[in-house]
Amino acid sequence: MAGTALLGRLTWQLAELVEVVAETPHVKTIVFDVPGWPGHRAGQHVDVRLTAEDGYQAERSYSIASASDGTRVALTVQRLEDGEVSPYLTDELRPGDKIELRGPIGGYFVWEPSEGGPLMLVAGGSGIVPLMAMIRTRAAADDDTETRLLYSTRSQDDVIYRDELERLSGNGLTVVHTLTDSQPPGWTSYARRVDAEMLAEVTPAPANRPRFYACGPTPFVEAVAESLVQLGHDPRAIKTERFGPTGG
Amino acid sequence: MNELRLDGNAVAGLLQEVFAVEMTTAIGTCSGCSTAGPVGAAHLYRGAGIVLRCPHCDNVLAKIVKNDSRVWIDLPGIRTLEVTV
Repeated sequence: MAGTALLGRLTWQLAELVEVVAETPHVKTIVFDVPGWPGHRAGQHVDVRLTAEDGYQAERSYSIASASDGTRVALTVQRLEDGEVSPYLTDELRPGDKIELRGPIGGYFVWEPSEGGPLMLVAGGSGIVPLMAMIRTRAAADDDTETRLLYSTRSQDDVIYRDELERLSGNGLTVVHTLTDSQPPGWTSYARRVDAEMLAEVTPAPANRPRFYACGPTPFVEAVAESLVQLGHDPRAIKTERFGPTGG
Repeated sequence: MNELRLDGNAVAGLLQEVFAVEMTTAIGTCSGCSTAGPVGAAHLYRGAGIVLRCPHCDNVLAKIVKNDSRVWIDLPGIRTLEVTV
């Protein structure tokens, strides 16, 4: 494992917000400068800690959206209406503000170009974030690993990184969208929830031994993993990361 | 019920804080069904504390409770933990 910072106790450190990018009506990317950041691998996350004036602390995990790039770390955060942390991150924080953060964290749901493919990424909603880090890492390394992304969102307006995904397509990357709730006029791609039939059509055959990364809400991820096993894929090649209601 | 279930990735930070190594790639062997698998793939339930269960037989692998200064870790269902050092 060519990991960065595999060993070592995690410590909280101050990160300064340098840029905010609106992705969709409910989702923003917030880019931090983290002095001494050791670099990260695609799929890793950070813990973010907010402390109120009375000492109350709230902690959340967020997937890193960016490929490793010096001391810059981009998080893409969905604003949850009743969330404790996400509304602060998406609405209140301004460039120059500092928050506490620790990482990079995790090593299971991680992909590096050296691991090869074919790579099959399956995203539900904001589950795209760690998978986007893989796509960006692949692009930054000029890697041409055969990669397919099946990305499920409610509508086209909810598609995060839409333009960038279009731009990065080709050179071995295929992006397939399914819009479950509403579709723009003339929509010709999928318009339903991800199911076994869709996965069979989009996924490389089991004989090609694809490596799977599925990320999204728990019911989405579990339905995808179950269908993939039914289709004859090796359960050990299916890595999952579940987003929960406590992500706020 | 599924809505409340996450996976071992969700405690990666807490476990690394305690063990000082990346723990989601550690391979745990379930004492119930003897299946070995990465901690990151274990099922995780959050309540007053955290419960990790075997994704194959649902056996309780670990219970974790944390307050501001201490962490209690009970490992009733992990027979072996294989860690990359």
